[in-house]
Amino acid sequence: MLELQGVSRSFGDRRVLDDVSFTVGRGRLTGFVGGNGAGKTTTMRIILGVLSAHAGTVTIDGRPLDGARRARFGYMPEERGLYPKMKLAEQLTYLARLHGFDKAAAGDRAHDLIGRLGLAERADDPVENLSLGNQQRAQVAAALVHDPEVLVLDEPFSGLDPMAVEVVQGVLAERAAQGVPVLFSSHQLDVVERLCDDLVIIAGGRIRAAGSRDELRRAHATERHEIVVAGDMGWLRDEPGVRVDELAAGTAVFEADAATAQRVLTAALARGPVESFAPLRPSLAEIFREVITDEEPADDAGRTQELEDAR
Amino acid sequence: MSTTSHPAPTAHRPQAPSLGRATLLVAEREITSQVRSKSFLISTAVLLLAILAGIVISAIVGQREPGETPVAVVSSVAGSIDGATGLDVRDVADRAAAEEAVRSGDVDAAVVPGGEPLGVAVIALDDAPDAVVQALTVAPEVELLDPAPAEGGLRYLITFAFGLVFMTSVIGAGSMIAQNTVTEKQSRIVEILLSAVPARALLAGKILGNSVLALGQTAAIAAVAVLGLVVTGQDDVLTLIGMPVAWFVVFFAVGFVLLAAIFAASASLVSRVEDTGTVLQPAIWLTMVPYFLVIFFNDNELVLRIMSFVPFTAPVGMPVRLFLNEAAWWEPVVALLVLVAATLAVIAVAARIYERSVLRMGGRVAVREALARSADD
Repeated sequence: MLELQGVSRSFGDRRVLDDVSFTVGRGRLTGFVGGNGAGKTTTMRIILGVLSAHAGTVTIDGRPLDGARRARFGYMPEERGLYPKMKLAEQLTYLARLHGFDKAAAGDRAHDLIGRLGLAERADDPVENLSLGNQQRAQVAAALVHDPEVLVLDEPFSGLDPMAVEVVQGVLAERAAQGVPVLFSSHQLDVVERLCDDLVIIAGGRIRAAGSRDELRRAHATERHEIVVAGDMGWLRDEPGVRVDELAAGTAVFEADAATAQRVLTAALARGPVESFAPLRPSLAEIFREVITDEEPADDAGRTQELEDAR
Repeated sequence: MSTTSHPAPTAHRPQAPSLGRATLLVAEREITSQVRSKSFLISTAVLLLAILAGIVISAIVGQREPGETPVAVVSSVAGSIDGATGLDVRDVADRAAAEEAVRSGDVDAAVVPGGEPLGVAVIALDDAPDAVVQALTVAPEVELLDPAPAEGGLRYLITFAFGLVFMTSVIGAGSMIAQNTVTEKQSRIVEILLSAVPARALLAGKILGNSVLALGQTAAIAAVAVLGLVVTGQDDVLTLIGMPVAWFVVFFAVGFVLLAAIFAASASLVSRVEDTGTVLQPAIWLTMVPYFLVIFFNDNELVLRIMSFVPFTAPVGMPVRLFLNEAAWWEPVVALLVLVAATLAVIAVAARIYERSVLRMGGRVAVREALARSADD
């Protein structure tokens, strides 16, 4: 388990990370969500030791991280980077060898990953000749080629088409299933919602929410329900204990506690057939918006963004 | 998607490579990626061809003068030019036949019986060839007590060659190191590399790889030059420069590392290839100074003496002095020790600069800042 405790970091006199604590469990795909400049990249760079924290600790299974331990991490940096003129397979082989694999094993791993990520035909092309999407896959391969103990990926899905997202997702899920803690950041909330087991939401350098996706959904669930009937739902406005959010002919969205909702359903059934009735679970986007707007002075995120841009 | 071909993970995750091994891996990549690049192969081939052409042309130009002079000799005086070199001797019966041969242009001159004290005379059409006259001239033996091993042209040429070879190799390889450093930084692959190996291994591998390349290139130049000199029969030059060249190789290797470290550290200060020009200025000046100094002051013993002990100029200055026989036996040893000490010191500083600045993106990092910062960035 990868654990951050009280990690803080400032650039100059601006605090970009403030007491950041969360965990990435073994075998879990953990999504790291936040707006631009919320501190995702800074956090990841600190985990990798590319940047140092001003306070706080990063530990794995309770032990502090040292260089040798970090060398077994897989990292996909925010800014994509591989040698532009080096052939893809050679490049991955080189990276695996830098991590201690012998030449033959490194070559096998490289070709294997290239095949898994659907780049087999491109294995002997220089990276600069690959399309952007393929470069992105190559970058994922670079983070995985040495069979890392921990995976930290900064926006691994940006710029990928849906097919590629699926391929990369498959590869990451497989690693997670082998017990590797996987942390990936994204601002594509729909992708995160689909992929991850756990969620960490950061804004303005502070963790706003963290936990399993389902827990978060439950915690932020409002008592909203949607009902669709064949007839008209206009009568709902007069029901006690019900707040109608949306109403259009036979479809209504309303807020009510569980008992009241059941009463509404019974009443609706009495008036005619009910096509559907379901509690509305908040989407990640909604949770995110709620979490951020609840506590966040709006301009803070923008400021840290400028700061990171300036670096 | 099948996972059967996937290598079993976790079980045999290898140990991270040692610093030395990581350095060798980095060096290997530097070498292979360059040896395979077209520009490197072409520029090396052009350089070698140019050197070969230079030697062959100098042989042709040099040999036209002392080439064998055809000369007719009347049999009765043939003994007078026995053992003379540079003559293509043709026997003729008498003076008339000799005159005939000169007039027809078959020979440049003829040696015929003549009056005292030599007993021979030279016949030529319009100008007596030096070779023939010299063959008949008695010269006293000359013994020099303090021979100058090389004067004039050769002295200048060798000095020039040492300076030029050093400067071009260092600037060529130095720019390559700088470009690779900035490319790694610009493409951010350095973040991935540094998550695997320490910055020191990256720097050391870069210097090592490019030093091997540059030395190899220089060795190829030397081999081609030696081959050319031997084939064209000018190998007597080699005995003159053998010892200084051996020293040159040693000084070259150490001096090269010194400058390579400066190039790498300088380049790590910027984040874009476009910015390397200005940041490399000092390193390039340091490389060009020895060249200009030996060219302009190759007959000024004091300047050469100072040069031969200053680390940046010693790789050129000391071999030149050795070649000119101006250095005592202990001087190259001391100069080499100074150079090695300076190189170690510079590498330590360069490694510090490199480690501190290679991950810092954006504007140019000031050297002072890179050195002064605590480990927090």
